Amino acid sequence: MDRLRDRVVPVITILAVIVAAWYAFAVYMNAPFQRDLDRRAGETPTTMEFIGKTLSQPKPTMPAPHQVAQNFFENTFLRKVTSARSLVYHSWVTLSSTLLGFTFGTALGILIAVGIVHVIALDRSLMPWIIASQTIPILAVAPMIIVVLAAIGITGLIPKALISTYLSFFPVAVGMVKGLRSPDLMHLDLMHTYNASASQTFWKLRVPASVPFLFASMKVAVAASLVGAIVGELPTGAVAGIGAKLLAGSYYSQTIDMWAALVAGSVVAAMLVVLVGLVGRLVERSMGGRPA
Amino acid sequence: MLMTVNQATATSVNQNAVVEARKLGLTFQTNDGPVRALSDVNLTINKGEFVSFIGPSGCGKTTFLRVIADLEQPTEGKISINGMTPEQARQARAYGYVFQAAALFPWRTIESNVGLPLEIIGLPKAEQQERIKRTMDLVNLTGFEKKYPWQLSGGMQQRASIARALAFDADLLLMDEPFGALDEIVRDHLNEQLLRLWRQTNKTICFVTHSIPEAVYLSTRIVVMSPRPGRVTDVIESTLPAERPLDIRESPEFLAIAARVRDGLRAGHSYED
Repeated sequence: MDRLRDRVVPVITILAVIVAAWYAFAVYMNAPFQRDLDRRAGETPTTMEFIGKTLSQPKPTMPAPHQVAQNFFENTFLRKVTSARSLVYHSWVTLSSTLLGFTFGTALGILIAVGIVHVIALDRSLMPWIIASQTIPILAVAPMIIVVLAAIGITGLIPKALISTYLSFFPVAVGMVKGLRSPDLMHLDLMHTYNASASQTFWKLRVPASVPFLFASMKVAVAASLVGAIVGELPTGAVAGIGAKLLAGSYYSQTIDMWAALVAGSVVAAMLVVLVGLVGRLVERSMGGRPA
Repeated sequence: MLMTVNQATATSVNQNAVVEARKLGLTFQTNDGPVRALSDVNLTINKGEFVSFIGPSGCGKTTFLRVIADLEQPTEGKISINGMTPEQARQARAYGYVFQAAALFPWRTIESNVGLPLEIIGLPKAEQQERIKRTMDLVNLTGFEKKYPWQLSGGMQQRASIARALAFDADLLLMDEPFGALDEIVRDHLNEQLLRLWRQTNKTICFVTHSIPEAVYLSTRIVVMSPRPGRVTDVIESTLPAERPLDIRESPEFLAIAARVRDGLRAGHSYED
């Protein structure tokens, strides 16, 4: 009961506010076009009729929530998952390159962090470049990566995944540098008094201490990976994937399709973040974490 | 003539000495200029002794312990542990160190924490198990093997960290205010247990504290130190018997020693003002 009041009610309230605002915006933004239509057809609808019409245009400037919901529902649950119109199909295409890129990115991030923590030269030289890499707009880099890789014969999943990697290694590297340096001085002194080797200190102290940091940064990285995969689909002329769906929607003014694809992307992102969080919680539990 | 006699006694004492410091000094370079943490410390700690270091903060008592443990490098003088340099002694795992906090790894169970040094040394699994069981028993933690540190009280955690320091059976135990963060009741209890443990194992113990009753109750010798620069101002031999029930702390003998420690501490302070 308390959980309901403390957790669910606030979320529902905010959701209701957003939906209400959305409807208001939809009416406001679709009104000029609707007025124009009515004038040309010589109709004089009542206010209620007019509002009803602004919320049911086939290609609205701003689709109403129920239009997006209906489109999302139809294209997610009522179509075969192999159909080119199925959002499940497009989500899966994007998800596969997201996961591949995320795996690469996490591995690369951990590798970089280990280097930075153990090699002073890397600590001094690498960090500025890593930070600089994230200031370059990904939208500018993505087409170049895809063109260059296509020129040497690499197409398909890998180039998209590499863009995900580019976005996701950064939070992991930064988080893991912090995590691997998180053991306090007393623990390090303790290992020193045991005459522990560097690798023993690494595996028995630094790695377990960094696990919470790893999962926190993986949550950020997995969401960034999805963005990377979607961005990677835009300049490739990809025929499948959430990015491709967004692009196609914008070509043909299928605003409802675009919004539905957007919702699909958010759902995938939320699922990924929750999944990483869940795995993190399981791992922490198995490492004797205090139940929250 | 006098010199030769001194040297002769020095070498004869050497056989029994666990820690020998000669004109030991340590100066930290800080942003506010050099700080003399230790100055001209001459001290010999013999096998089987229980030596307490007492003094106000900044007197170098912890620093001295850390020099023994090779966690700090002295800038002057000499120190040897079992005839070796601190580094060699550390590499030979000559001592166990107990920190101010329990410093248990939160992701390891108690038995796995106690076994950590044994894993690092690389003992066979069976022997690890045997030693974990023995040391856990020694500190009365049997039955808590599978618990995680957060499931134990502060006193139990500190006992686990003592077990960890005892697990690899070094003859020298260095303890840096191990009970400082605990309440008085738990502290009394652990003091009693520590004395029993010391008698059972016949280890040499160096114990840093800033509690006068604790120092007098536990020690065979009390080293009084004072700050700026950190130095030894008095060394008091305890005349208390080896068998010490808690109520010995009300005996006139105990109070006399405590008074002398207090005087020593006060003298150190007045020097400064």
